[in-house]
Amino acid sequence: MRKVAVVGVGMTKFTGAQSKTAVELFAEAAMDAIAESNIKPRDIQALFVGNALSDIAEGQAQVQVFAADYLGLDHVPANRYENACASSSAAFRDAVMWVASGAFDIVLVGGTETAAKMGTPLATRTFAAASDSRYEYPCGLTFPGVFALLTHLYSRKYSIPLERLKRQMAQVSINSHYYGARNPKAQFRKEITMDDVFNSIMVAQPLQLYDCCPFSDGASAVVLACEEKAKKLSDKPVYVVGLGQASSGNLASQKDYLPRLIARELSAKQAYSMAGLSPKDIDVIELHDCFSIATLIALESLGFFEFGKSGEAVERGETKIGGKIAVNPSGGLKAKGHPIGATGTAQVYEIVKQLRGECGERQVEGAKIGMTDTLGGDGGTICNAILARGW
Amino acid sequence: MEHKLTFKEYSEALKEDRLLGLKCQECGAITVPPRITCSKCQGTELEVVQLSGKGTIQTFTTIYVPPEGREAEAPYVVVLVELDEGPWLMGNLGGVDPTKVTMDIIGKRVKVGHAIFPGDKFSAGELVRPLFSLED
Ligand SMILES: [Zn+2]
Repeated sequence: MRKVAVVGVGMTKFTGAQSKTAVELFAEAAMDAIAESNIKPRDIQALFVGNALSDIAEGQAQVQVFAADYLGLDHVPANRYENACASSSAAFRDAVMWVASGAFDIVLVGGTETAAKMGTPLATRTFAAASDSRYEYPCGLTFPGVFALLTHLYSRKYSIPLERLKRQMAQVSINSHYYGARNPKAQFRKEITMDDVFNSIMVAQPLQLYDCCPFSDGASAVVLACEEKAKKLSDKPVYVVGLGQASSGNLASQKDYLPRLIARELSAKQAYSMAGLSPKDIDVIELHDCFSIATLIALESLGFFEFGKSGEAVERGETKIGGKIAVNPSGGLKAKGHPIGATGTAQVYEIVKQLRGECGERQVEGAKIGMTDTLGGDGGTICNAILARGW
Repeated sequence: MEHKLTFKEYSEALKEDRLLGLKCQECGAITVPPRITCSKCQGTELEVVQLSGKGTIQTFTTIYVPPEGREAEAPYVVVLVELDEGPWLMGNLGGVDPTKVTMDIIGKRVKVGHAIFPGDKFSAGELVRPLFSLED
Protein backbone atom coordinates (compact mmCIF):
# COMPACT_ATOMS: atom_id res chain seq x y z
CA MET A 1 0.00 0.00 0.00
CA ARG A 2 1.29 3.49 -0.89
CA LYS A 3 1.45 6.43 1.51
CA VAL A 4 -1.37 8.94 0.97
CA ALA A 5 -1.34 12.65 1.85
CA VAL A 6 -3.83 15.47 2.13
CA VAL A 7 -2.52 18.21 -0.17
CA GLY A 8 -5.42 20.66 0.00
CA VAL A 9 -8.50 21.37 2.11
CA GLY A 10 -11.52 23.59 1.83
CA MET A 11 -14.77 24.22 3.66
CA THR A 12 -17.67 26.64 3.47
CA LYS A 13 -18.73 28.56 6.52
CA PHE A 14 -21.19 26.34 8.38
CA THR A 15 -24.55 28.07 8.83
CA GLY A 16 -28.23 27.76 9.55
CA ALA A 17 -30.68 27.65 6.64
CA GLN A 18 -29.25 29.42 3.57
CA SER A 19 -30.03 29.62 -0.15
CA LYS A 20 -27.26 27.68 -1.88
CA THR A 21 -27.77 24.10 -3.13
CA ALA A 22 -25.82 21.10 -1.87
CA VAL A 23 -23.92 21.07 -5.19
CA GLU A 24 -23.00 24.76 -4.91
CA LEU A 25 -21.82 24.37 -1.33
CA PHE A 26 -19.72 21.35 -2.23
CA ALA A 27 -18.17 23.13 -5.21
CA GLU A 28 -17.17 26.12 -3.05
CA ALA A 29 -15.32 23.89 -0.62
CA ALA A 30 -13.88 21.73 -3.40
CA MET A 31 -12.49 24.66 -5.42
CA ASP A 32 -10.69 25.93 -2.31
CA ALA A 33 -9.18 22.48 -1.76
CA ILE A 34 -8.25 22.22 -5.45
CA ALA A 35 -6.63 25.67 -5.46
CA GLU A 36 -4.59 24.83 -2.34
CA SER A 37 -3.40 21.65 -4.08
CA ASN A 38 -2.02 23.51 -7.12
CA ILE A 39 -4.06 21.30 -9.47
CA LYS A 40 -6.96 21.81 -11.88
CA PRO A 41 -10.33 20.02 -11.66
CA ARG A 42 -9.29 17.88 -14.65
CA ASP A 43 -6.38 16.41 -12.63
CA ILE A 44 -8.84 14.68 -10.29
CA GLN A 45 -9.34 10.99 -11.10
CA ALA A 46 -12.26 10.12 -8.81
CA LEU A 47 -14.80 11.79 -6.53
CA PHE A 48 -16.06 10.49 -3.16
CA VAL A 49 -18.91 12.45 -1.55
CA GLY A 50 -20.51 12.02 1.87
CA ASN A 51 -24.14 13.08 1.90
CA ALA A 52 -27.00 11.78 3.98
CA LEU A 53 -30.16 13.65 3.09
CA SER A 54 -30.12 15.40 -0.28
CA ASP A 55 -32.86 13.07 -1.58
CA ILE A 56 -35.25 14.54 0.97
CA ALA A 57 -33.74 18.00 1.48
CA GLU A 58 -33.61 18.82 -2.24
CA GLY A 59 -35.22 15.88 -4.05
CA GLN A 60 -31.72 15.09 -5.33
CA ALA A 61 -30.27 11.61 -5.38
CA GLN A 62 -26.83 11.12 -6.99
CA VAL A 63 -25.81 14.57 -5.76
CA GLN A 64 -22.17 13.55 -6.38
CA VAL A 65 -22.48 13.25 -10.16
CA PHE A 66 -23.97 16.73 -10.43
CA ALA A 67 -21.21 18.04 -8.19
CA ALA A 68 -18.60 16.40 -10.44
CA ASP A 69 -20.17 17.98 -13.52
CA TYR A 70 -20.56 21.41 -11.90
CA LEU A 71 -16.88 21.36 -10.92
CA GLY A 72 -15.76 20.36 -14.41
CA LEU A 73 -14.28 17.00 -13.45
CA ASP A 74 -13.56 14.83 -16.48
CA HIS A 75 -16.44 12.30 -16.32
CA VAL A 76 -14.63 10.55 -13.47
CA PRO A 77 -16.21 7.85 -11.29
CA ALA A 78 -18.22 9.61 -8.58
CA ASN A 79 -19.66 7.76 -5.58
CA ARG A 80 -21.80 8.83 -2.66
CA TYR A 81 -21.43 7.53 0.88
CA GLU A 82 -24.38 7.47 3.25
CA ASN A 83 -23.35 6.71 6.82
CA ALA A 84 -25.52 9.35 8.49
CA CYS A 85 -23.31 11.83 10.40
CA ALA A 86 -20.17 9.86 9.50
CA SER A 87 -20.83 9.92 5.74
CA SER A 88 -17.77 11.89 4.64
CA SER A 89 -15.50 10.04 7.08
CA ALA A 90 -16.49 6.78 5.40
CA ALA A 91 -15.92 8.48 2.03
CA PHE A 92 -12.51 9.71 3.23
CA ARG A 93 -11.45 6.26 4.37
CA ASP A 94 -12.37 4.66 1.07
CA ALA A 95 -10.78 7.48 -0.94
CA VAL A 96 -7.50 6.96 0.95
CA MET A 97 -7.69 3.23 0.25
CA TRP A 98 -8.19 3.77 -3.48
CA VAL A 99 -5.11 6.00 -3.67
CA ALA A 100 -3.11 3.69 -1.40
CA SER A 101 -3.97 0.78 -3.69
CA GLY A 102 -2.42 2.50 -6.68
CA ALA A 103 -5.70 2.74 -8.62
CA PHE A 104 -5.66 6.56 -8.52
CA ASP A 105 -2.99 9.19 -7.81
CA ILE A 106 -5.18 12.21 -7.09
CA VAL A 107 -8.77 12.16 -5.82
CA LEU A 108 -11.29 14.57 -4.31
CA VAL A 109 -13.28 13.63 -1.23
CA GLY A 110 -15.68 15.65 0.87
CA GLY A 111 -19.23 16.06 2.05
CA THR A 112 -22.19 18.35 1.65
CA GLU A 113 -25.52 18.80 3.43
CA THR A 114 -28.42 21.21 3.49
CA ALA A 115 -30.09 20.00 6.68
CA ALA A 116 -30.96 23.33 8.30
CA LYS A 117 -32.96 24.21 5.19
CA MET A 118 -35.37 21.39 6.06
CA GLY A 119 -36.48 23.01 9.32
CA THR A 120 -36.39 21.34 12.74
CA PRO A 121 -39.44 18.99 12.51
CA LEU A 122 -38.48 17.45 9.14
CA ALA A 123 -34.76 17.39 9.99
CA THR A 124 -35.56 15.65 13.29
CA ARG A 125 -37.62 13.08 11.37
CA THR A 126 -35.02 12.40 8.70
CA PHE A 127 -32.10 12.28 11.15
CA ALA A 128 -34.11 9.73 13.15
CA ALA A 129 -34.18 7.58 10.01
CA ALA A 130 -30.55 6.73 10.84
CA SER A 131 -31.76 4.85 13.92
CA ASP A 132 -33.61 1.53 13.50
CA SER A 133 -36.79 2.13 11.48
CA ARG A 134 -38.25 -1.19 12.66
CA TYR A 135 -37.58 -1.14 16.38
CA GLU A 136 -36.58 2.40 17.40
CA TYR A 137 -38.38 4.96 15.27
CA PRO A 138 -41.84 3.52 16.06
CA CYS A 139 -41.09 4.44 19.73
CA GLY A 140 -40.53 8.05 18.63
CA LEU A 141 -36.80 7.89 19.27
CA THR A 142 -34.90 11.00 18.17
CA PHE A 143 -31.13 11.54 18.14
CA PRO A 144 -31.12 13.67 21.26
CA GLY A 145 -33.17 10.78 22.68
CA VAL A 146 -30.39 8.27 21.91
CA PHE A 147 -27.83 10.30 23.82
CA ALA A 148 -30.30 11.09 26.60
CA LEU A 149 -30.69 7.32 27.15
CA LEU A 150 -26.89 7.04 27.24
CA THR A 151 -26.62 9.93 29.72
CA HIS A 152 -28.76 8.14 32.30
CA LEU A 153 -26.84 4.90 31.72
CA TYR A 154 -23.55 6.78 32.15
CA SER A 155 -24.72 8.43 35.37
CA ARG A 156 -25.68 5.04 36.82
CA LYS A 157 -22.71 3.04 35.56
CA TYR A 158 -20.08 5.42 36.93
CA SER A 159 -22.10 6.55 39.98
CA ILE A 160 -21.98 10.22 39.00
CA PRO A 161 -25.13 12.01 40.25
CA LEU A 162 -27.06 13.46 37.30
CA GLU A 163 -26.72 17.05 38.56
CA ARG A 164 -22.94 16.68 38.72
CA LEU A 165 -22.78 14.99 35.34
CA LYS A 166 -24.90 17.72 33.76
CA ARG A 167 -22.45 20.39 34.95
CA GLN A 168 -19.58 18.44 33.42
CA MET A 169 -21.56 18.12 30.18
CA ALA A 170 -22.35 21.83 30.22
CA GLN A 171 -18.63 22.56 30.46
CA VAL A 172 -18.14 20.58 27.24
CA SER A 173 -20.59 22.91 25.45
CA ILE A 174 -19.00 26.00 27.02
CA ASN A 175 -15.58 24.90 25.73
CA SER A 176 -16.98 24.28 22.23
CA HIS A 177 -18.48 27.75 22.09
CA TYR A 178 -15.26 29.31 23.39
CA TYR A 179 -13.40 27.93 20.38
CA GLY A 180 -16.30 28.45 17.98
CA ALA A 181 -16.12 32.14 18.82
CA ARG A 182 -12.53 32.01 17.49
CA ASN A 183 -13.32 30.13 14.25
CA PRO A 184 -14.48 32.31 11.32
CA LYS A 185 -16.11 29.25 9.69
CA ALA A 186 -18.24 28.41 12.74
CA GLN A 187 -22.03 28.65 12.83
CA PHE A 188 -22.07 30.00 16.41
CA ARG A 189 -19.38 32.57 17.12
CA LYS A 190 -20.40 33.46 20.64
CA GLU A 191 -19.35 32.24 24.04
CA ILE A 192 -21.93 30.79 26.44
CA THR A 193 -22.19 30.35 30.20
CA MET A 194 -23.31 27.56 32.54
CA ASP A 195 -26.57 29.53 33.02
CA ASP A 196 -27.19 29.63 29.27
CA VAL A 197 -26.99 25.83 29.16
CA PHE A 198 -29.22 25.27 32.19
CA ASN A 199 -31.78 27.86 31.08
CA SER A 200 -32.19 26.38 27.59
CA ILE A 201 -35.26 24.32 26.67
CA MET A 202 -35.46 20.60 27.41
CA VAL A 203 -35.09 18.59 24.20
CA ALA A 204 -34.90 15.01 25.48
CA GLN A 205 -34.54 14.69 29.23
CA PRO A 206 -31.88 15.29 30.52
CA LEU A 207 -30.45 16.96 27.39
CA GLN A 208 -31.23 20.64 26.97
CA LEU A 209 -30.83 22.69 23.80
CA TYR A 210 -27.24 23.70 24.60
CA ASP A 211 -26.27 20.06 25.10
CA CYS A 212 -27.16 19.54 21.42
CA CYS A 213 -25.42 20.46 18.18
CA PRO A 214 -27.50 22.48 15.70
CA PHE A 215 -28.94 21.61 12.31
CA SER A 216 -26.60 23.10 9.71
CA ASP A 217 -25.89 23.68 6.04
CA GLY A 218 -22.36 23.43 4.70
CA ALA A 219 -19.70 21.48 2.85
CA SER A 220 -16.08 20.45 3.16
CA ALA A 221 -13.55 18.91 0.78
CA VAL A 222 -10.07 17.44 0.72
CA VAL A 223 -7.66 16.59 -2.10
CA LEU A 224 -5.68 13.39 -1.57
CA ALA A 225 -2.55 12.42 -3.46
CA CYS A 226 -0.08 9.56 -3.45
CA GLU A 227 3.29 10.34 -1.84
CA GLU A 228 5.10 10.92 -5.12
CA LYS A 229 2.56 13.50 -6.33
CA ALA A 230 2.06 14.99 -2.86
CA LYS A 231 5.73 15.95 -2.58
CA LYS A 232 5.45 17.87 -5.87
CA LEU A 233 2.12 19.55 -5.05
CA SER A 234 2.62 20.66 -1.47
CA ASP A 235 5.37 21.92 0.86
CA LYS A 236 3.26 20.71 3.77
CA PRO A 237 1.64 17.39 2.89
CA VAL A 238 -0.28 15.85 5.77
CA TYR A 239 -0.09 12.06 5.71
CA VAL A 240 -2.99 9.78 6.60
CA VAL A 241 -1.21 7.33 8.91
CA GLY A 242 -4.14 5.57 10.58
CA LEU A 243 -7.70 4.67 9.65
CA GLY A 244 -10.49 2.73 11.35
CA GLN A 245 -14.16 2.03 10.83
CA ALA A 246 -16.67 -0.25 12.54
CA SER A 247 -20.44 -0.74 12.72
CA SER A 248 -23.16 -1.70 15.22
CA GLY A 249 -26.88 -2.41 15.21
CA ASN A 250 -29.51 -0.59 17.23
CA LEU A 251 -28.95 0.61 20.78
CA ALA A 252 -30.59 -2.38 22.50
CA SER A 253 -28.35 -4.74 20.53
CA GLN A 254 -25.30 -3.01 22.06
CA LYS A 255 -26.45 -3.76 25.64
CA ASP A 256 -23.27 -5.54 26.71
CA TYR A 257 -21.21 -2.36 26.19
CA LEU A 258 -23.44 0.65 26.84
CA PRO A 259 -22.86 3.47 27.58
CA ARG A 260 -19.62 2.63 25.76
CA LEU A 261 -19.98 2.31 21.99
CA ILE A 262 -18.17 -0.81 20.85
CA ALA A 263 -17.82 0.39 17.25
CA ARG A 264 -15.68 3.31 18.42
CA GLU A 265 -13.37 1.13 20.43
CA LEU A 266 -12.86 -1.23 17.48
CA SER A 267 -12.40 1.62 15.02
CA ALA A 268 -9.93 3.50 17.24
CA LYS A 269 -7.92 0.34 17.82
CA GLN A 270 -7.59 -0.17 14.07
CA ALA A 271 -6.46 3.43 13.58
CA TYR A 272 -3.89 3.38 16.41
CA SER A 273 -2.59 -0.01 15.29
CA MET A 274 -2.21 1.04 11.65
CA ALA A 275 -0.38 4.20 12.73
CA GLY A 276 1.75 2.45 15.35
CA LEU A 277 0.67 5.19 17.76
CA SER A 278 -1.20 5.44 21.06
CA PRO A 279 -3.47 8.10 22.60
CA LYS A 280 -0.52 9.85 24.26
CA ASP A 281 0.92 10.60 20.81
CA ILE A 282 -2.12 12.63 19.72
CA ASP A 283 -1.73 16.43 20.04
CA VAL A 284 -5.19 17.47 18.87
CA ILE A 285 -8.48 15.72 18.18
CA GLU A 286 -11.67 16.69 16.42
CA LEU A 287 -14.27 14.34 17.92
CA HIS A 288 -17.97 13.78 17.42
CA ASP A 289 -19.62 16.02 20.03
CA CYS A 290 -23.13 15.76 18.58
CA PHE A 291 -24.35 15.95 22.19
CA SER A 292 -22.35 16.99 25.25
CA ILE A 293 -22.40 13.48 26.76
CA ALA A 294 -21.03 12.11 23.47
CA THR A 295 -17.76 13.94 24.11
CA LEU A 296 -17.31 12.30 27.51
CA ILE A 297 -18.01 8.83 26.10
CA ALA A 298 -15.68 9.43 23.13
CA LEU A 299 -12.78 10.73 25.22
CA GLU A 300 -12.80 7.51 27.26
CA SER A 301 -13.27 5.09 24.37
CA LEU A 302 -10.45 6.76 22.44
CA GLY A 303 -8.13 6.15 25.38
CA PHE A 304 -7.54 9.71 26.64
CA PHE A 305 -9.11 9.26 30.09
CA GLU A 306 -10.28 6.41 32.29
CA PHE A 307 -13.89 5.29 32.01
CA GLY A 308 -16.14 7.55 34.06
CA LYS A 309 -13.39 10.14 34.56
CA SER A 310 -13.52 12.36 31.48
CA GLY A 311 -16.08 14.77 32.98
CA GLU A 312 -13.68 15.62 35.80
CA ALA A 313 -10.91 16.05 33.23
CA VAL A 314 -13.07 18.50 31.27
CA GLU A 315 -13.75 20.44 34.49
CA ARG A 316 -9.99 20.61 35.15
CA GLY A 317 -9.39 22.09 31.69
CA GLU A 318 -7.53 19.05 30.41
CA THR A 319 -9.43 19.06 27.11
CA LYS A 320 -8.66 22.67 26.27
CA ILE A 321 -5.66 23.87 24.27
CA GLY A 322 -2.67 23.51 26.58
CA GLY A 323 -4.33 20.63 28.49
CA LYS A 324 -3.63 16.92 28.20
CA ILE A 325 -5.38 16.68 24.82
CA ALA A 326 -6.72 19.62 22.79
CA VAL A 327 -10.31 18.72 21.95
CA ASN A 328 -12.35 20.34 19.16
CA PRO A 329 -10.43 23.61 18.70
CA SER A 330 -12.74 24.22 15.71
CA GLY A 331 -15.68 24.58 18.08
CA GLY A 332 -16.78 21.02 17.30
CA LEU A 333 -20.18 20.04 16.04
CA LYS A 334 -21.74 22.08 18.85
CA ALA A 335 -20.42 25.49 17.81
CA LYS A 336 -18.85 25.03 14.38
CA GLY A 337 -22.07 23.33 13.24
CA HIS A 338 -23.03 19.89 11.96
CA PRO A 339 -24.07 19.67 8.30
CA ILE A 340 -23.99 15.93 8.77
CA GLY A 341 -22.55 14.67 5.49
CA ALA A 342 -19.86 17.37 5.61
CA THR A 343 -18.76 16.85 9.20
CA GLY A 344 -16.10 14.14 8.75
CA THR A 345 -14.00 15.93 6.17
CA ALA A 346 -14.52 19.22 8.05
CA GLN A 347 -12.79 17.49 10.97
CA VAL A 348 -9.97 16.57 8.57
CA TYR A 349 -9.90 20.22 7.43
CA GLU A 350 -9.37 21.43 10.99
CA ILE A 351 -6.68 18.86 11.79
CA VAL A 352 -4.78 19.68 8.58
CA LYS A 353 -4.96 23.41 9.36
CA GLN A 354 -3.80 22.74 12.92
CA LEU A 355 -0.83 20.64 11.79
CA ARG A 356 0.12 23.37 9.31
CA GLY A 357 -0.13 25.99 12.07
CA GLU A 358 -2.78 28.08 10.31
CA CYS A 359 -5.43 28.36 13.04
CA GLY A 360 -4.67 31.77 14.53
CA GLU A 361 -6.05 32.28 18.03
CA ARG A 362 -7.33 28.69 18.25
CA GLN A 363 -3.95 27.19 17.22
CA VAL A 364 -2.64 24.18 19.16
CA GLU A 365 1.03 25.23 19.23
CA GLY A 366 3.41 22.73 17.67
CA ALA A 367 0.74 20.13 16.87
CA LYS A 368 2.35 17.31 14.87
CA ILE A 369 -0.21 14.49 15.04
CA GLY A 370 -4.00 14.86 14.98
CA MET A 371 -6.99 12.56 15.00
CA THR A 372 -10.60 12.61 13.85
CA ASP A 373 -13.58 10.73 15.30
CA THR A 374 -16.97 10.62 13.60
CA LEU A 375 -20.13 8.80 14.65
CA GLY A 376 -23.20 8.02 12.58
CA GLY A 377 -26.53 6.90 14.02
CA ASP A 378 -26.72 5.14 17.42
CA GLY A 379 -23.03 4.28 17.04
CA GLY A 380 -24.09 2.51 13.83
CA THR A 381 -20.97 3.79 12.09
CA ILE A 382 -17.83 5.08 13.76
CA CYS A 383 -14.75 6.19 11.82
CA ASN A 384 -11.36 7.37 13.01
CA ALA A 385 -8.38 8.80 11.15
CA ILE A 386 -4.92 9.78 12.35
CA LEU A 387 -3.00 12.44 10.41
CA ALA A 388 0.63 13.43 10.73
CA ARG A 389 2.87 16.23 9.46
CA GLY A 390 4.88 15.22 6.42
CA TRP A 391 7.61 17.81 6.83
CA MET B 1 -32.44 -19.33 3.75
CA GLU B 2 -35.88 -19.19 5.30
CA HIS B 3 -36.63 -16.85 8.19
CA LYS B 4 -37.77 -18.54 11.39
CA LEU B 5 -39.58 -15.39 12.45
CA THR B 6 -40.22 -12.48 10.09
CA PHE B 7 -40.65 -8.84 11.02
CA LYS B 8 -44.31 -9.13 10.06
CA GLU B 9 -44.92 -12.23 12.19
CA TYR B 10 -43.13 -10.63 15.15
CA SER B 11 -45.17 -7.43 14.70
CA GLU B 12 -48.49 -9.25 14.35
CA ALA B 13 -47.85 -11.13 17.61
CA LEU B 14 -46.87 -7.93 19.41
CA LYS B 15 -50.20 -6.44 18.32
CA GLU B 16 -51.75 -9.19 20.51
CA ASP B 17 -49.35 -8.33 23.36
CA ARG B 18 -47.42 -11.54 22.68
CA LEU B 19 -43.66 -11.01 22.58
CA LEU B 20 -42.00 -13.59 20.35
CA GLY B 21 -38.30 -14.39 20.33
CA LEU B 22 -35.93 -17.00 18.95
CA LYS B 23 -34.28 -19.61 21.17
CA CYS B 24 -30.97 -20.95 19.90
CA GLN B 25 -30.81 -24.76 19.87
CA GLU B 26 -27.01 -24.58 19.93
CA CYS B 27 -26.26 -22.16 22.80
CA GLY B 28 -29.65 -21.53 24.40
CA ALA B 29 -29.54 -17.73 23.99
CA ILE B 30 -32.69 -15.77 23.26
CA THR B 31 -32.69 -13.39 20.30
CA VAL B 32 -35.31 -10.63 20.16
CA PRO B 33 -36.26 -8.81 17.95
CA PRO B 34 -35.72 -11.52 15.32
CA ARG B 35 -32.52 -11.97 13.34
CA ILE B 36 -31.53 -14.60 10.83
CA THR B 37 -28.76 -15.85 13.13
CA CYS B 38 -28.43 -16.23 16.92
CA SER B 39 -27.37 -12.95 18.55
CA LYS B 40 -24.85 -14.81 20.71
CA CYS B 41 -23.29 -17.60 18.56
CA GLN B 42 -24.56 -16.78 15.05
CA GLY B 43 -26.06 -20.26 14.91
CA THR B 44 -29.03 -20.90 12.61
CA GLU B 45 -30.89 -23.59 14.59
CA LEU B 46 -33.47 -21.22 16.01
CA GLU B 47 -36.91 -21.97 17.44
CA VAL B 48 -39.72 -19.45 17.91
CA VAL B 49 -40.68 -19.06 21.58
CA GLN B 50 -43.07 -16.79 23.44
CA LEU B 51 -41.28 -14.61 26.00
CA SER B 52 -42.60 -13.48 29.37
CA GLY B 53 -42.82 -9.84 28.23
CA LYS B 54 -41.53 -8.85 31.68
CA GLY B 55 -38.35 -7.04 32.57
CA THR B 56 -36.59 -4.16 34.28
CA ILE B 57 -36.10 -0.56 33.12
CA GLN B 58 -32.42 0.17 32.43
CA THR B 59 -32.65 3.76 31.19
CA PHE B 60 -35.20 6.27 29.94
CA THR B 61 -35.68 9.65 28.32
CA THR B 62 -38.66 11.94 27.95
CA ILE B 63 -38.81 13.36 24.42
CA TYR B 64 -39.96 17.00 24.33
CA VAL B 65 -38.93 17.87 20.75
CA PRO B 66 -40.56 15.22 18.52
CA PRO B 67 -40.04 14.43 14.86
CA GLU B 68 -42.37 15.80 12.19
CA GLY B 69 -45.83 14.27 12.44
CA ARG B 70 -45.53 13.16 16.06
CA GLU B 71 -46.13 16.51 17.75
CA ALA B 72 -49.38 15.34 19.36
CA GLU B 73 -47.58 12.49 21.16
CA ALA B 74 -45.00 14.68 22.96
CA PRO B 75 -43.90 14.61 25.67
CA TYR B 76 -43.48 10.84 25.79
CA VAL B 77 -41.16 8.41 27.56
CA VAL B 78 -38.78 6.04 25.75
CA VAL B 79 -37.27 3.19 27.79
CA LEU B 80 -34.73 0.43 27.32
CA VAL B 81 -35.89 -2.65 29.21
CA GLU B 82 -33.83 -5.70 30.11
CA LEU B 83 -36.18 -8.64 29.55
CA ASP B 84 -36.12 -11.44 32.10
CA GLU B 85 -34.78 -13.66 29.28
CA GLY B 86 -31.73 -11.37 28.87
CA PRO B 87 -32.06 -9.20 25.76
CA TRP B 88 -32.79 -5.47 25.92
CA LEU B 89 -35.86 -4.09 24.14
CA MET B 90 -36.81 -0.50 23.36
CA GLY B 91 -40.34 0.68 23.98
CA ASN B 92 -42.46 3.48 25.38
CA LEU B 93 -43.59 3.69 28.99
CA GLY B 94 -47.28 4.32 29.55
CA GLY B 95 -49.35 5.02 32.65
CA VAL B 96 -46.99 7.70 33.99
CA ASP B 97 -46.84 11.49 33.76
CA PRO B 98 -43.93 11.89 31.28
CA THR B 99 -42.93 15.22 32.81
CA LYS B 100 -42.55 13.68 36.27
CA VAL B 101 -40.36 10.69 35.41
CA THR B 102 -36.87 10.76 36.97
CA MET B 103 -33.95 8.36 37.25
CA ASP B 104 -35.86 6.71 40.11
CA ILE B 105 -37.76 4.83 37.39
CA ILE B 106 -34.60 2.85 36.58
CA GLY B 107 -34.78 -0.64 38.06
CA LYS B 108 -38.58 -0.69 38.14
CA ARG B 109 -40.35 -3.83 36.90
CA VAL B 110 -42.48 -3.55 33.75
CA LYS B 111 -44.64 -5.71 31.55
CA VAL B 112 -45.10 -5.41 27.80
CA GLY B 113 -48.15 -4.22 25.89
CA HIS B 114 -48.21 -2.50 22.54
CA ALA B 115 -49.07 0.71 20.72
CA ILE B 116 -49.46 1.41 17.03
CA PHE B 117 -47.52 4.05 15.10
CA PRO B 118 -49.84 4.63 12.13
CA GLY B 119 -46.89 5.42 9.88
CA ASP B 120 -45.89 8.47 7.85
CA LYS B 121 -44.69 9.24 4.32
CA PHE B 122 -41.26 7.80 5.13
CA SER B 123 -42.27 4.58 6.90
CA ALA B 124 -43.39 1.51 5.01
CA GLY B 125 -46.87 1.64 6.51
CA GLU B 126 -48.08 1.06 10.05
CA LEU B 127 -45.62 -0.06 12.74
CA VAL B 128 -46.13 -1.50 16.22
CA ARG B 129 -43.91 -0.90 19.23
CA PRO B 130 -43.77 -2.20 22.80
CA LEU B 131 -45.69 -0.06 25.28
CA PHE B 132 -44.52 -1.02 28.74
CA SER B 133 -46.40 -0.40 31.95
CA LEU B 134 -45.22 -0.62 35.55
CA GLU B 135 -45.98 -3.87 37.34
CA ASP B 136 -48.07 -3.48 40.47
ZN1 LIG C 1 -26.65 -19.41 19.81
